[in-house]
Amino acid sequence: MKVTIVDYKSGNISSVINSFKEVAKDKVNIEVTSDLKKITSSDKVVLPGQGSFKSCVDALNKINGLTDTLNEFAIINKRPLLGICVGLQMFADIGYEETETKGLGWISGIVSKIDNQNGKFKLPHIGWNQIDIIKESKIFKDIENNSHMYFVHSYEFIPEDKKVISATIDYSSNIVCSVEKENIFGTQFHPEKSDRIGLKIIDNFINL
Amino acid sequence: MLKNRIIPCLDVKNGRVVKGINFVDLKDAGDPVEQAKIYSDGGADEICFLDITASNENRDTIYDVVKKTSKKCFVPLTVGGGVRSVEDINKLLNCGADKVSINTAAVENSKVVIDSSKKFGSQCIVVAIDAKKNGEKWEVFTHGGRNNSGIDALQYAEQMEKNGAGELLVTSMDRDGTQAGYDIDLMSKISSKVNIPVIASGGVGNLDHLVDGIKLGKASAVLAASIFHYGKYSLKEAKDYLDSKGIPVRI
Repeated sequence: MKVTIVDYKSGNISSVINSFKEVAKDKVNIEVTSDLKKITSSDKVVLPGQGSFKSCVDALNKINGLTDTLNEFAIINKRPLLGICVGLQMFADIGYEETETKGLGWISGIVSKIDNQNGKFKLPHIGWNQIDIIKESKIFKDIENNSHMYFVHSYEFIPEDKKVISATIDYSSNIVCSVEKENIFGTQFHPEKSDRIGLKIIDNFINL
Repeated sequence: MLKNRIIPCLDVKNGRVVKGINFVDLKDAGDPVEQAKIYSDGGADEICFLDITASNENRDTIYDVVKKTSKKCFVPLTVGGGVRSVEDINKLLNCGADKVSINTAAVENSKVVIDSSKKFGSQCIVVAIDAKKNGEKWEVFTHGGRNNSGIDALQYAEQMEKNGAGELLVTSMDRDGTQAGYDIDLMSKISSKVNIPVIASGGVGNLDHLVDGIKLGKASAVLAASIFHYGKYSLKEAKDYLDSKGIPVRI
């Protein structure tokens, strides 16, 4: 099996690579690339994302044919894909960080700034928060409800269809922190930085 | 609910762990990779490396330490000390650091924080403020506490938030190494002034100091070195104690 982490030259993905290699050991081949052919021939794809929504979308678009290839992989061929942090946010139609930016449009919805209630809540939302699992998700196999996950973000994904939401967290309001729509998975938190429990989520995705 | 974080800090010099007392009299005490692993297994919410003499010496050892640590620890890793440029930040992130803390360079050249937060995102840019009380105000010190910039720490904190810092790591120079507790006044004033999280640092001697840093100092996270490093308290003891005082922690 081959799992590809998409390296589209945006942000720091070394922690994602390290964690997937730790979980995969020698059993699964972890590839880190933006090569379109290699992505197409993968069994699973991971779309990380750091920085702003706009900078990530711009970086994806800079690589010729990459969004088409990802679209073909996840939407047409319905192969498993995991988006992490801004990788998840980019599933949306539109993001409002920096300026209005078109997303991949895989899950209808928008990405907007978390309401900090006039400074009552610090942003970015940084640290460990407990997830409330509201729908069974394949990546939550053997994950207890209220497990702690590590977050770093100021924007939240608000999907139109609430049925895609698999978990939320309580920070200012109920914020979407995990989605599952058929073969598409996304986490707002960083499983690669969420200790052993985060590695278990990565393991669940690899073993889908 | 978001939990308050406990962050053990390891001071690193030439690839070895030390803990300075008022930034001098360093004692050598171990391998940073092994130490970090012990902390992460023990429940550290984050790990911080501070390369204390990096401004003056060959820095390549820290890159190697970060690379090795990030393959063994799967909690956030913050690295600071001697970070001068966007390129330094890039190198540390590529080695596996999740956040980089910037101290002297943020004072000397505001573009470093502005440019790096744009390039890598605010989430990985921590501005470290070493502050010392002078009369009614606090002044920002640079170069590992050696130089007084004369800049007002509260105004500076606000400016750094505007420049794109994702967090502030505030160290009281007066308290660092004294084990007399955080400078609560400084922490709460800065925390009230900015909308980004503040990490309190400098002066922890017992577990009540951690409680005070969060409850009175309004810090989102508390950083400590020697109380954990010399085994006075374990991370579990610290977390259980905070929990018993009604502070939300990850247990």
